[in-house]
Amino acid sequence: MKRAGFAVTWLPMLLLLPQLSIIAVFFYWPAAHAVHSSFFLQDPFGFGSTFVGLDNYTDLLGNAQYMKVAGFTVVFTLLVTFFSLAIALLLAVKADTVLRGAKTYRTLLMWVYAVAPPVAGVIGILMFDQSHGPLTEFFNSLGWEFKLGVNYNDTAFAMVVVSVWKQIPVNFIFLLSGLQSIPKSVREAALIDNRSASGRFWDVTFPLLAPTGFFLLIMNITYSLFDTFGVIDTVVKGEPGNNPMSLVYKVYVDGFRGNDLGGSSAQSVVLMVLVLALTIFQFRLVERRIHYT
Amino acid sequence: MTDTLTAQSAATHVRHRKIKWNTVFDHLVLIAGSLMMIVPLVLVFLTASLPDTEIIKEGLQFKLGDQLGPNFQKAMFESSGFTNENTGMVMLKNSMILGVGFAVGKIVLGMMAAYALVYFRLKFATFAFWIIFTTLLLPLEVRILPSYEVIQGLGLMNTYTGLIVPLIASATATFFFRQFFRSVPEELVEAARIDGAGPVKFFVDILVPLSQTMIAAMFIIMFVFGWNQYLWPTMITTDEGMFTLVRGIKQIVQDFEGSNIPEYGRANLLAIIAVLPPVAIVVFFQSWFVKGLTESDK
Repeated sequence: MKRAGFAVTWLPMLLLLPQLSIIAVFFYWPAAHAVHSSFFLQDPFGFGSTFVGLDNYTDLLGNAQYMKVAGFTVVFTLLVTFFSLAIALLLAVKADTVLRGAKTYRTLLMWVYAVAPPVAGVIGILMFDQSHGPLTEFFNSLGWEFKLGVNYNDTAFAMVVVSVWKQIPVNFIFLLSGLQSIPKSVREAALIDNRSASGRFWDVTFPLLAPTGFFLLIMNITYSLFDTFGVIDTVVKGEPGNNPMSLVYKVYVDGFRGNDLGGSSAQSVVLMVLVLALTIFQFRLVERRIHYT
Repeated sequence: MTDTLTAQSAATHVRHRKIKWNTVFDHLVLIAGSLMMIVPLVLVFLTASLPDTEIIKEGLQFKLGDQLGPNFQKAMFESSGFTNENTGMVMLKNSMILGVGFAVGKIVLGMMAAYALVYFRLKFATFAFWIIFTTLLLPLEVRILPSYEVIQGLGLMNTYTGLIVPLIASATATFFFRQFFRSVPEELVEAARIDGAGPVKFFVDILVPLSQTMIAAMFIIMFVFGWNQYLWPTMITTDEGMFTLVRGIKQIVQDFEGSNIPEYGRANLLAIIAVLPPVAIVVFFQSWFVKGLTESDK
């Protein structure tokens, strides 16, 4: 709050009212509802529900399919986060070094940010199309019979590729502005001390980028968990069947298709706890963040 | 730039070669990266210009056909689906309404809340701040089913209100404007008060004009975000006249699976149209966009 603020009380309340009421109706109410119904077993046709306590949760833990989905989610998140960060870092470092055409490269590399995940999924389907996708043909020529939507691993591979492709621009933008905010004096000093470019990168640039990196790490994990919904839904064409899916997608599938309201709610609550943990972790990191400027 | 290069190359021949090869390598990496991002869209675009039968026979190709016009006609004005309401034009209109409504709503609500939090002596300011903050913990994907039930209970299925309102309250815009208002010099409020300006006048006449660039940056980011919404429109619009382009993608995918000849051209053109407005905005306003993005999320 500013020292020289206004002393009226009715106005700030009025100003906060729309924001807070929307939060209450569309955030807290549904969240409370999810927690509540996670303790009940609901009749799929809407004829009442029975209190089952923690059964929905214990069912999840004992459910092999849920564990498989959880396992896939972990692997998927690790792969997407690693590759999208690594490729974006390489590109950002190069874009920061070149003097000619830097702006053109930036434009070419960032536009995919604006592509909606399901549209990215559609582009992926075309590239990996069974009969005439260019990437499928390429893999076939290498002796890898790529079967999107049929082979579990192949489908997972396509999901990872599309998700990484979609996420590179975001990481690129953040890493590039992180690199460009490193003071010139620091770079010049490093240039005198260390002749090798890679040595300079790992000893000076990389640690200076670490705060941005931590932030992006959390952001990428969140992206892989939640925002890839559109990618997964289009790649599996709404027919999960035996295809890989993420935890978030399973909440949707069980709740909307399977009408397993209690189970879906329990899954929602598990995810909420996961997000909570991630947020706390993020704030711990931000608190400890070292400021170099 | 050229001068320093020639000076260096004059200094030592060996060094000159080394520097040059490094630069060539840098450019190669960047070109490869750019191609990786661009080629898929170019292919989709080219495919949209070929007759469907040719794609089925030959697959995706790097050549421009003559079907762009007819396919555009089909995608935008011919209806698909069960009802006759699902044309590209209708979806484009719905996407625009969602994108603009979402962006404007977020900015207005965010600015109001941030103003209340920064400029007033309010007892429960910290509490309100934490309430807004906790929304970060509840992404839509986590509370899918109950949110759907709430909207259904309120009778907001297949309405623009139901499409926009539940999405516009969130922490990001509020935090962003809060941060910005805090950086505004305090002398401004003092001066305004001495001149007899009330809180409303100060907000409308001084703070809002001052925030113009920030508002623009937010608008770009939020418009793209709103336009690209998928899960929420998928859940609450069942009426084909309410589909957005991104929501319509589901139909596009089903077109690939159709029992008749898949309408690749039409589907790809719709995908291109779904991509163009947000991409154009991001490319044209990239400096604002990058500024807004890097400053808002940190």
